[in-house]
Amino acid sequence: MTEATPGQTVGPFFHHALAYPGDAELVPFGAAGSVVLHGYVYDGAGDVVPDAMIEIRQADAAGVVPAVGGSLRRRGAGFTGWGRCCTDSAGHYWFSTVEPGAPFFAVTVFARGLLDRLFTRIYLPGADLDGLTAARESDGRLRFDIHLQGPSETPFFTFPRS
Amino acid sequence: MRCASLAFDLVTTSQHEISDEIAKIQADSPRGAPLLDFPPYRSTLLRHPTKDRQLVDPEGAELLAPVFGHSDVDPVESDLTIQRGGEPIGERIRVHGRVLDGDGRPVRRQLVEIWQANAAGRYSHQGDQHPAPLDPFFTGVGRCLTDDDGWYSFTSIKPGPYPWRNHHNAWRPAHIHFSLFGTDFTQRLITQMYFPGDQLLSLDPIAQSISSPGALERLIASYDHSRSEHEWLLGYRWDIVLTGSHATYLEPSDD
Repeated sequence: MTEATPGQTVGPFFHHALAYPGDAELVPFGAAGSVVLHGYVYDGAGDVVPDAMIEIRQADAAGVVPAVGGSLRRRGAGFTGWGRCCTDSAGHYWFSTVEPGAPFFAVTVFARGLLDRLFTRIYLPGADLDGLTAARESDGRLRFDIHLQGPSETPFFTFPRS
Repeated sequence: MRCASLAFDLVTTSQHEISDEIAKIQADSPRGAPLLDFPPYRSTLLRHPTKDRQLVDPEGAELLAPVFGHSDVDPVESDLTIQRGGEPIGERIRVHGRVLDGDGRPVRRQLVEIWQANAAGRYSHQGDQHPAPLDPFFTGVGRCLTDDDGWYSFTSIKPGPYPWRNHHNAWRPAHIHFSLFGTDFTQRLITQMYFPGDQLLSLDPIAQSISSPGALERLIASYDHSRSEHEWLLGYRWDIVLTGSHATYLEPSDD
């Protein structure tokens, strides 16, 4: 296998390039059957990270991972199973999506001060996997906080062939 | 952990001290991937995981990257010199190359996103306070899809180096940020392309977080005279290799 090109931090100045209208709405906000997946990103001191970017990849409600274009210009197009959200000044991210008919959302984390992307998973409530399971809030939203460091550090993954 | 960040005075730490720190770390652990725990880049202190990453076999959505198509990207988005109705100032360049997977196969019809500072070293981003001029004709943002052989190409302006607040008199080498997808979600990559011969590379904690010199070389484009154009622009070639795909790879098995 050829050696891979190394990663580098996304830096602080990515928003004007990577954020785009509708990036976090895999389905329109408030649409029937939709759910909000949201949370905060924290550093090792417990402070929020206002310059992170989260991407998710997921199956649709029937458990099928879509292989269709249209994520960058959704215009009411079909479900693409991929979305992106830059954290706001409160370190908050959110997606409007559907609950996958599969155990987890695949997640990538980028941030200033983070020299390479991190992979993790957000499992649906009931999975009971420590640090990897979303909580169901009283209003129906799914909550998952990401801790880059510290006592509640999120488990991050690496894969074979990387 | 809080005290660790306060132990560094960003204003008075010199380049010499930063370079010493870099040299000590690199002597201990030369490796190809960037070190996440890399104190010379001060912002990593509270943002690097301290636990080992868990090795898992990819499943489900991890085996399939998002798909992008011609409805997602307009061909003019690959030319950063024509976006604002006037000519941006600076050295006109073309950056081209191939996106390959870890087995050398082209990554076809996949999204490439770039962003960069202008010729003066200033980003068109409200967070950039460097007192260098903005260019009304340059956003520094581009996108394209690779072709059927994995080739991408952007026309742009050579970005300038710029100062940052990591330490006293800290300067980032000129670079273009690249965001890439493969065929698997696990191949996701965001990185930075550098220019050949840049004297700032050896001083830069972000580039030097890749402690193996051979690996850092893979982030440096080469000047490509065959792609320079008479009285028009200078060509650079930069190929990108993603990690291996799992979709068509079968682990050796005893079954």
